[in-house]
Amino acid sequence: MTPLGLRARLLFAFALLCVVTAAAVAGGSYVQARNDILRRTQDAAVQAMTSRLQALYPLPTTDPDREELAEIAEAAADRFSLSVAVHGGLRAPVPPPQPPPPGGEGPGLEAPMQALLMVSPELGQAVAGGNTAWQRVVWQDRPWLIVGMPLLVTEPGLPPQPSGIEVYVARSLLAEKRSIDELARRAWLTGGAALAFAVVLASLATRGVLGPVRELGRAARLLGEGELRTRIEVRGSDELADVARTFNDTAAELERHVEQLRAMEADARRFVADVSHELRTPLAALAAVADVLDEEAARLPDPAARAARLVSQETHNLTALVNDLIEVSRFDAGVAALALNDIDVAELVRATLRARGWPERVDAELPSGVTARLDPRRVDVILANLVGNALRHGEPPVSVRLSADPEWIELEVRDHGPGLDEKVLPHVFDRFYKAGAARTRSEGNGLGLAIARENARLHQGDITVTNAEDGGAVFTLRLPRRASDPEGGPA
Amino acid sequence: MKPGGMSRILLIEDDPAVREGLELALSRHGHWVRAVESGEQGLDRLRADVPDVVVLDLMLPGMDGFEVCRRIRTTGDMPIIMLTARGDDIDVVAGLESGADDYVVKPVQPRVLEARIRAVLRRIGRDQAELERHGDLTIDRAALVVDKRGVPVSLAPTELRLLLVLSSTPGRVHSRQQLLESVWEHGYFGDSRLVDACVQRLRAKIEDDSAAPVYLQTVRGFGYRFGPV
Repeated sequence: MTPLGLRARLLFAFALLCVVTAAAVAGGSYVQARNDILRRTQDAAVQAMTSRLQALYPLPTTDPDREELAEIAEAAADRFSLSVAVHGGLRAPVPPPQPPPPGGEGPGLEAPMQALLMVSPELGQAVAGGNTAWQRVVWQDRPWLIVGMPLLVTEPGLPPQPSGIEVYVARSLLAEKRSIDELARRAWLTGGAALAFAVVLASLATRGVLGPVRELGRAARLLGEGELRTRIEVRGSDELADVARTFNDTAAELERHVEQLRAMEADARRFVADVSHELRTPLAALAAVADVLDEEAARLPDPAARAARLVSQETHNLTALVNDLIEVSRFDAGVAALALNDIDVAELVRATLRARGWPERVDAELPSGVTARLDPRRVDVILANLVGNALRHGEPPVSVRLSADPEWIELEVRDHGPGLDEKVLPHVFDRFYKAGAARTRSEGNGLGLAIARENARLHQGDITVTNAEDGGAVFTLRLPRRASDPEGGPA
Repeated sequence: MKPGGMSRILLIEDDPAVREGLELALSRHGHWVRAVESGEQGLDRLRADVPDVVVLDLMLPGMDGFEVCRRIRTTGDMPIIMLTARGDDIDVVAGLESGADDYVVKPVQPRVLEARIRAVLRRIGRDQAELERHGDLTIDRAALVVDKRGVPVSLAPTELRLLLVLSSTPGRVHSRQQLLESVWEHGYFGDSRLVDACVQRLRAKIEDDSAAPVYLQTVRGFGYRFGPV
């Protein structure tokens, strides 16, 4: 399991891709445009200032007083900017004593005067070195371009020398800032729109992918639950369609195999049923005369007498086996039906024990007044088998204990022998399961417990087996007190 | 016939080995057995020499056992025990509805069949009691005759015994197990469908409306009760 679903991961990837692309494209052009705008403004400002100052040459003096400095400053400024000229400790014009009130409207030319007074040392140095320099500052939340330019003295035969007079011009960049902000806003807008578009696209794409995936998951689950007819509609010819086609092929193959196995199993079971039924008629004739042989045995000479008894005995065993096989076939074919009746359970258990002469050999703990809706014949078959097994294989005392709650009755049949081998426990209800070589045919035909369990399950109950801690096998028969009538006959 | 004594048995069974085996075993115990191989022959024999009981295989070539059973029922109240294949529940129900008194599952042990024959033929003890009247029904326990509005009702032996047992204690509920033991002499685990089928047949004969019985009432989950009328 991944912490995020496929859908979330796909959406995230799409969004990330879009953000990166938008940032690269919009961000890149934003930076480019911003730089262009600023450079052009700077160039224009420097150009304008240079040409205006050119008009001052030749300098009337290299040691101006305040008035002259003010003239120089005035010459350097235009109507979009303001300026200050500096020479030594002199400044002109003198700045107003206080900054304007914050939030004042308009360009407010007084404010930059303050800024001009705070020309950074780097700019000051560059200008003092005879170079034209500029700097962008933010003053009172407004961007300003400050250009500093030294006035030069030219003497023939010598390179131009700084005259010591410096002029600083401040130009508002508010308009430019607005353009740049507008650019940025558009970049964000475009990016956002692209992102929204990408998310929509991603949703569509994930639906296109996840729909089939989800369908595949549902189909696989159904298949696992035994719905072997499950198929997927194949759409398009992409990889998902390939997967769907593979799934369908696999399901078809699986269905074919299972059908084959079922058919084989049904054939095998039908064969057993047919054989059992075919055996019934000759057995009926044999059974009819077996008693005659048995009764005549006393009057026969020895080898013939023993042979007669053997034939009679084995006829009875064979009859029992065929009867059990037919019973099992009926369970397999699903035609075994319950004949339900309200029964006093204690009375039923006593009748089972009485019918087989066991009351003296079995400790029965049977509280009276427990009634349940059961098929008495089938419960008799179960009990006779469990108690018979306990008497044959276990050690006395053998006990039968009845308990009940409002929903269920429980009959516990227990002996005090060595119990069952742990390896045998899971198989005791298997048909013809042979618990080791010690098992002999006289102990039953190997179908008794299988039939007992089928009978319990027909009641929607069950039989379980465990070994008691102090020795002995414990078979527990649990039956619902109100087994439902299988409507419409066979259940 | 004395209880446990010889009885006259008509055996209708198509399989020669089974027929011969049963004939052998029953004859050896002193019964008079007439064995035939088809329903038609059986009905002929029935007219020729009247047996005490008919043992009838249900699966017969030609006329099947159910039809034979119905025909015997229309002509008289001969006790009928049918032989059925194990597990063919539908056959059992259909056979009982056709009027059979009891059934035995093949392969048959002769002593089981003999016990059933004895139970079916057991003479019903006659009482010295007076005529009983229950609504329109008159039961004469001495003559073993049942009249409805003065008209004698023809009852098979099992039906008569069931009616006598139930009517001896009007209003008391008898469980199917009790009735199986007292009427059919089966053990506790007999087939309760015998009781249900016999009650149905009996209702058809004595009730005005079988769907709304007055005499033979079902006590759901417990059994049956006679009246009280």
